[in-house]
Amino acid sequence: MYQYDKYDQAMVDARVAEFREQAQRRLDGKLTEDQFKPLRLMNGLYLQLHAYMLRVAVPYGTLSSAQMHALADIATKYDRGYGHFTTRQNIQYNWIKLEDAADILADLAKVEMHAIQTSGNCIRNISSDHFAGASADELVDPRPYAELLRQWSSFHPEFMYLPRKFKIAVISSDTDRAAMRLHDIGINIVKNDAGEIGAAFYVGGGMGRTPMIAPLIREFVPLDQLVTYSEACLRVYNRYGRRDNKYKARIKILVHELGAEEYARQVEEEFAHLLDQGIEPPLAELERIKPYFADPAFEAGLPTQADESDPDFITWAHNNTNPHKAPGYTSAVISLKPVGGIPGDATAEQMHLMAQLAKEYSFDECRVMHTQNIVLPHVKIADLPALWRKLADAGLAAPNLDTIEDIIACPGLDYCSLANARSIPVSQQISERFAARGRTHELGQLKLKISGCINACGHHHAGHIGILGVDKKGTENYQLLLGGSEAEDVSLAKITGPGFDEPGIVDAVETVTDLYIAERQDGERFLDTYRRIGMAPFKEALYG
Amino acid sequence: MIILTGNDLKTGVVVWWDGQNWSLHVENAVDVGDEADAIAAREEAARRVNVPYAIEATQTDDGPRPAHIKDRVRALGPTVRMDLTLKPNDPGAAEQVI
Amino acid sequence: MADLGTQGAAVQIRFRDDDLVDHAVVSMEDFAEQSNANAVRIEPGEDARALIPHLDQIALVEVNFPVFGDGRGYSAARILREAGFAGELRAVGDVLVDQLAIMRRCGFDAFAPDTPLDAADVETALATWPYDYQAAADDAVPIWNLRHG
Repeated sequence: MYQYDKYDQAMVDARVAEFREQAQRRLDGKLTEDQFKPLRLMNGLYLQLHAYMLRVAVPYGTLSSAQMHALADIATKYDRGYGHFTTRQNIQYNWIKLEDAADILADLAKVEMHAIQTSGNCIRNISSDHFAGASADELVDPRPYAELLRQWSSFHPEFMYLPRKFKIAVISSDTDRAAMRLHDIGINIVKNDAGEIGAAFYVGGGMGRTPMIAPLIREFVPLDQLVTYSEACLRVYNRYGRRDNKYKARIKILVHELGAEEYARQVEEEFAHLLDQGIEPPLAELERIKPYFADPAFEAGLPTQADESDPDFITWAHNNTNPHKAPGYTSAVISLKPVGGIPGDATAEQMHLMAQLAKEYSFDECRVMHTQNIVLPHVKIADLPALWRKLADAGLAAPNLDTIEDIIACPGLDYCSLANARSIPVSQQISERFAARGRTHELGQLKLKISGCINACGHHHAGHIGILGVDKKGTENYQLLLGGSEAEDVSLAKITGPGFDEPGIVDAVETVTDLYIAERQDGERFLDTYRRIGMAPFKEALYG
Repeated sequence: MIILTGNDLKTGVVVWWDGQNWSLHVENAVDVGDEADAIAAREEAARRVNVPYAIEATQTDDGPRPAHIKDRVRALGPTVRMDLTLKPNDPGAAEQVI
Repeated sequence: MADLGTQGAAVQIRFRDDDLVDHAVVSMEDFAEQSNANAVRIEPGEDARALIPHLDQIALVEVNFPVFGDGRGYSAARILREAGFAGELRAVGDVLVDQLAIMRRCGFDAFAPDTPLDAADVETALATWPYDYQAAADDAVPIWNLRHG
């Protein structure tokens, strides 16, 4: 994985010093909260319901075991013994003191980590495919391109005060595991007809209160123009994105209002101008970055089958692994969705264990998934039983990847100052209900996503089943949505009708899954059945 | 009644105006009537509190109960982690918030 | 025609040796009608590129930041420098110490903040960054260039 050189380290250290000084000026009263807020947000520090919250960047979701250990240590030393893995592959801590924040950033810098631009109206941490460098179906490892763009976007002088936040995802496979087209910029690293590698740019996607699927803006950007083209996309947005209304300030609104074609034309014009400005790093920089993401020393001639004598192991191994490009290896998913648990939460002890297992079984590397789970990307198939036993002992072996128990849920009203309703209790009740009735595996792949407000951090628009918490005259109310997908078959979910109270929404989820089971044809997922039969039968079952 | 709340500037913890000082417990909150803006401005300027704001509450036998669920959650802590709330030994506390 | 300009005394920080412009600073609208003006102010949302045909007659461009969170002025500044503008580029309005370093990178070489800045804080702010990741409108050598020569 990527390692800092003296320049990267100096920049992160400088940021720590800058924030330490800014925090001190705030504590001394030389900065008002209005002035300090954008500064602390650009260092990932929010003021939430109960305390300050710190969001730490995990660039493209990749962590070494030393970094995972450091995240656990921060949970113990500065927080209350746990952290929360987020839908943008980051981690956040819920109980942070302002007076500790600079010390935490300093601890992070020691393991080449930071909280730079994890909030604020700037380019956020860049996300990627959690199976990058491991998956059998990828063209190239997308992370070197994400790292190139990470450096370009860090402290970018022109783009620190954009109209709104700006999220970029980079993938390189036909299978989309990063919700690429639901980002402000989604980049797919592709090969053109001439056999050259380049980048397809999708611009103007997003969730939030006005969900949009990003249109293709340019089919192929050569690798030696990647930064320049990105800069052109951002400059057009910075100049013309709306600033009169916070809810219309994202780039999706600009692209939608201009039309994709006109936006693309303006970007081309700016791009042509910027090509003369000498802002593109040489290809040698990309070549410098690439070896950090080279394959680890995979062994040849490994067995491709594990000892399958334990039926519980078989269930886990079949559900929680992904085919690997190297024979004899697999990517193993550690579920942070125990039945009745809090999606994405991990204790310091669990983080230490996952770090240790990454070292022992996965070439010292793990990944954060946008679904709030952890991946050990390169595990020998023959090691799976031993790995599984250790995970099971720590309550980390829920065999439920991509099932109805593998719920994405934002922190909701239990933690978040923006939320209108609690998300976590709803997810707990749904996973308990389906687990208790033994329905989970019968339902197959079923992505259920819950947001506690319209900002959609819980990706409800992209759920096969989505749930949106709203405030109905001071009480929590939940809308049900069906038919979304964040994957390569991307679609936006539609609301079924009137909302439900908390017990009602759990019943409603059961009602629509019952209908699916009754209606499904050979091999259909919930989503496929919904797409075939449409909304009407589901409405009838819910409200009829 | 109108009560005043905010977060401590240094630690971020939720605090309530008790008439003299900032308390961790909503039970200690006092009715500030039309003094809310003046107290908030004075206390924020002195950096004894961060982003204070006034809310409506009703007086109950257990003390003031904030009108909005968000402030009731703030007053208690996360309902999904009762061990981390101000009432870790009161299993019914979460229900009362809702 | 109104002189919108900040007075010379309001220019707190300046990285130029030439004399302050003593002509009236006009709005973009007035500039379009008044061919002999040599100082102009850009508001957020106005197109800096409209000035490009006239850059050889302009000695001062003020870029107004009515609120510090409106970042359009950063693009305006870079666009003018990219077009070869060598005159004074002055940030005026809600200019705060924590934005000075990035403003410098975008080509600003004078600052007239509404509220004067603490001199020690200014010094600290301008000395924050040992390196720069990107090429911008200043003469900084980007890190990728340091790495590859």
